[in-house]
Amino acid sequence: MSHAAAQHQPRDDHGPGHDPTSGHGAGHDPNLAHHFDSLGRQYASAKTGMWVFLATEVLMFGGLFCAYAVYRRNHPEIFQIGHVFLDRNLGALNTVILLLSSFTMAWAVRAAQTNQKRLTVTLLSLTLLGAAGFMSVKYIEYAHKIHLGIAPGSLWNPGTETGEGTHAAETGAAAAVSADHTAAASADHAAATAAPASTVATTVAPGQNRTTLAHAGAAPAGMAVTPHAAASAHVDPHYMTREKLDKAFIFFSIYYLMTGLHGIHVLVGMGVIIWLIIRASKGEFNENYFTPVDLGGLYWHIVDLIWIFLFPLLYLIH
Amino acid sequence: MSTSHADIHAQSHGLAHPVPLKILVAVILVLLFLTWMTVAATWVDLGEYNLWIAMGIAVVKATLVALYFMHLWWDNLVYSIVLIGALCFVALFIGVTLTDTIEYQPGVTSTPAQPTTPPGR
Repeated sequence: MSHAAAQHQPRDDHGPGHDPTSGHGAGHDPNLAHHFDSLGRQYASAKTGMWVFLATEVLMFGGLFCAYAVYRRNHPEIFQIGHVFLDRNLGALNTVILLLSSFTMAWAVRAAQTNQKRLTVTLLSLTLLGAAGFMSVKYIEYAHKIHLGIAPGSLWNPGTETGEGTHAAETGAAAAVSADHTAAASADHAAATAAPASTVATTVAPGQNRTTLAHAGAAPAGMAVTPHAAASAHVDPHYMTREKLDKAFIFFSIYYLMTGLHGIHVLVGMGVIIWLIIRASKGEFNENYFTPVDLGGLYWHIVDLIWIFLFPLLYLIH
Repeated sequence: MSTSHADIHAQSHGLAHPVPLKILVAVILVLLFLTWMTVAATWVDLGEYNLWIAMGIAVVKATLVALYFMHLWWDNLVYSIVLIGALCFVALFIGVTLTDTIEYQPGVTSTPAQPTTPPGR
């Protein structure tokens, strides 16, 4: 007797009053649970449950989006201050990665439905790779910010180096940490310390973060956050003071909470995909039973959907 | 209990319809293009409308993902209703909260954001 049949032996034990002819054609399918009449109904039931769960996920993140909406409505200035620390290019990269992983995931469901075992495993592995890539980029972003002291909650302690001094000079030379920047950046910084903010704004290369430097005006003298704070924007150290940054504390709370919760969902999704890869490589999925891949796919698409909204709201603030 | 017509029909198709690969490829290409458009839209300064344009494009992207990647286009309408229902409740949630915010805005925004002392300091 095959292992699969031995596993499902109890399902042949019908209780009294149960019509022995019901669903027996499909009843021998080891994937059909006893309490369902047919694979079709089992599948529909599973999918309904999954969609209801996804609705709760939407509602949960909806609450966070509500917090975002209220704060942005009441204090748009903190979003202006805070968003320069978010690297638009990394955010766009993450969006592309997640979209592509959704594509490979949807294809993997199709592959499972069409009995293409090796293709299913390959596509699920690519999806996992995309997820890992997403988390890597997220790690880079978080590491940058935490290194500057822009950390969540009570860990908040942004860099308090003064605008002058050797440390600011060397970090000023590395004003924008993105690799695109050339040595011209250090010259830009030298110009920035002497010139008003409007000069700095004009040296920002097209396509980069446009900051609101031109409108900032002179910042009060005092402790400044070192300019390498801005991931790809060239931030005038005299503009970004500790005082201004402290106002943006709530912005970063919102940022960390939303992207952090989303990141946790990505990690859970990675676990689910690993489980699916193991099952798929054992040949457990076919055209009559691909439900786990389908439901795992639905979860992954919701994770992607949420990021589709997070990206413009957090990274593309003008 | 006999197997219903729907079940027989479903089983003859292997439970559910596999999404044609051409559609998946077309959708991902459109999604990537829309992502580029979202970023490109920020190069043009339209003030307040920048946010709405970005959100509009995001809604289109989300619709494509939901309809084609999540199979809603071919599925039972119930699943779509569940999703749209959840989105309606989120819209209510944010909408009504914002009306409250707008109502008290003069009192709130007359005081610009103050530097916040984080907890524990």
